[in-house]
Amino acid sequence: MMPDVQEFLQIDAPALLAAVLACAACALVGNFLVLRRQGMMGDAVSHAILPGIVGGFLVAGTRETLPMMLGALAAAALAGLLIEAVRRLGRLESGAAMGVVFTVMFAAGVVMIEQASAGGIDLDADCVLYGQLETILWLAPTGWASLADPAVWAALPREVLTLAAVFALCVALVGLFYKELKITTFDPALASTLGIPAGLFHYGVVLLVAATAIAAFEAVGSILVIAMLIAPPAAARLLTDRLAAQILLSVALGVLAALVGYGAAAFGPMLLGASHSLNAAGMIAVASGLILALAVLFGPRHGLLGRRRAVGRLRAAPGFVAPEAQKP
Amino acid sequence: MIDPMFEEALRILTFQSGFNSAVVVAGTAALGLAGGTVGTFLLLRRRALVSDALSHATLPGIAVAFLVGAALGLPERSLPLLLAGAVASGVVGLLTVQALSRFTRLTEDSAIGAVLSVFFGLGVVLLSVIQNLELGGQAGLKTFILGQTAAMAQGEAIAIGLLAAGAALAVALLFKELRVLAFDPGFAAVQGWPVGALDLALMGLATLVTVIGLQTVGLILVVALLIIPPAAARFWTDRLPALTLIAAVIGALSGWLGATLSALLPKLPAGAVIVLVAGGFFLLSFLFAPARGLVAAALRQGRLRLTFAERRALTDLLDGRPAESSVALWLRLRGYIQDGALTAAGQTAARAAARDRRLWERFLADYPALLPAHANWGVDPIDSVLPGDMVRLLEERSAPS
Repeated sequence: MMPDVQEFLQIDAPALLAAVLACAACALVGNFLVLRRQGMMGDAVSHAILPGIVGGFLVAGTRETLPMMLGALAAAALAGLLIEAVRRLGRLESGAAMGVVFTVMFAAGVVMIEQASAGGIDLDADCVLYGQLETILWLAPTGWASLADPAVWAALPREVLTLAAVFALCVALVGLFYKELKITTFDPALASTLGIPAGLFHYGVVLLVAATAIAAFEAVGSILVIAMLIAPPAAARLLTDRLAAQILLSVALGVLAALVGYGAAAFGPMLLGASHSLNAAGMIAVASGLILALAVLFGPRHGLLGRRRAVGRLRAAPGFVAPEAQKP
Repeated sequence: MIDPMFEEALRILTFQSGFNSAVVVAGTAALGLAGGTVGTFLLLRRRALVSDALSHATLPGIAVAFLVGAALGLPERSLPLLLAGAVASGVVGLLTVQALSRFTRLTEDSAIGAVLSVFFGLGVVLLSVIQNLELGGQAGLKTFILGQTAAMAQGEAIAIGLLAAGAALAVALLFKELRVLAFDPGFAAVQGWPVGALDLALMGLATLVTVIGLQTVGLILVVALLIIPPAAARFWTDRLPALTLIAAVIGALSGWLGATLSALLPKLPAGAVIVLVAGGFFLLSFLFAPARGLVAAALRQGRLRLTFAERRALTDLLDGRPAESSVALWLRLRGYIQDGALTAAGQTAARAAARDRRLWERFLADYPALLPAHANWGVDPIDSVLPGDMVRLLEERSAPS
């Protein structure tokens, strides 16, 4: 039992588009988190924005995107400042500083949500954690033929447009500052001697991650944001040694995870004869995890099996003396 | 309006509000105590966030255990089964983090981020499977995510309290071993300590605290029990036994007050309330702890500046240069100057300050490498910092010829 075209275009296409764009944007900026050993920053930011989202929601009183995004951005900036303050003034390692700040902010957000929902407001922690891919609808198209009509495209859901804008912003910023990002990531000291402000780029990366996470969480939830910031870049890192290749590969893997995961969640149960679909955001995270696992095992040079083969080739090479044979 | 609520709070705090709530409050306090003690060593070992991956990774195990329970036809959700599932998948997550950071080129932070999000995603998928199967008792599963003390049964609370006390006791018994592991694992290995086994024991204790904390605090925030109390205690002391004790006390107080608050406000998720209370303790420590708190540091800095300004003004006056008006006011208050001239006490203090300065300058010029790390040269009296024969040597060298 396959869904008909209209149903696909109205329900699955927008969700798929949102997932693909969110994954691509997160994977793109995630490269710099992974390379800068700041993987947990994505985790911290995506938890810490919760009070900002609820605050923006409470102040504006509506589910408009703008106040929630502004609140989230303010919360992300506050979290960044607090983490830095706790780390420096408290002389704590950065992991512990993050742990203190993001758990407290998330807890504050949860309490704010419960207070708000006591007043009959429809917002819960679930949609922040898992997102609501399934509720993104695109009512305009009626069939393949209707896609030729520009008016149909103009009626794309707001979430998809926001994500497209953020993805474009990420591409533009990474493209524009590619050289600076590269040098500050791999050798911040050299960057400073060359007059490139490494500290500024550090905060720039964190801020870009925050903006991406905020745009993406509404559609796909904070858990998928963390998965997409880390897993595709980590997998790409195991497959190549060149930054440009790693970035392109990570975006491709993120998109692949989105397609596979969404497909498995939406259509998998149907193929097995069940009537309900599964949680798509969770399934995409699982798909990205599988991709990472494959890269860990089968990566040509840095994968576990690849490394074993390389050692085997060395041993077979002429002139090789086994270490145990070298002992006197 | 306030009074009955306050009385109720007092009753819960003093364990007089019925046996059930007393048990829940005591169990949560024990949980906080265990979190503080185990967390101290996680913090020192720089493994604080590993427990975040661990706690998120418990979700798929809980879901699978629920499905197994349903398949076996168990009538209600059975807590031991769910927690066994949590332990199993939490340990798998933990081992994955260690394997990723040891055997691949990925760093630990990436490994943690990947594991926690992928495992949690798997758990979410499994939860949606359970939802679709429309089995009974599944509402209880959600409480594992954000925590709930209201749903806790007496037996569960007692079990949590006993296990937590056991974890704290284990830390006390392994204190010497964990101490050497935390500060110098290389030395520990050379001395023949089983470093790997100790690390495993520490992570095992962290797993225990995480899993028994799932129900009260929830898997997203349980990591806070392991991180916040020791991080707060860090502001109070530099000594490990004191650090562990203070972290335990802060953790226990957070659990105790947090459970009380959430008994009063049953609508609020218990985990968030407990974490906010712990955050409050952290803020207090951050600001007001005497050893490393912000206010204490600012006071120390201010006193240092004042002493420095006072000594400089005194030596200036001795040389016939007038002191700045603000410093002059301070010197008048101390009785060192009167009508713009040094008093007898001022003369003595000024001469001592001038001698200190002369000797410090000689010392810095001749032996800059010998400067003790903690001395505030130019401010601390030199006799109280340097040994007597060094001071005599400096006296000879700096005597005006």
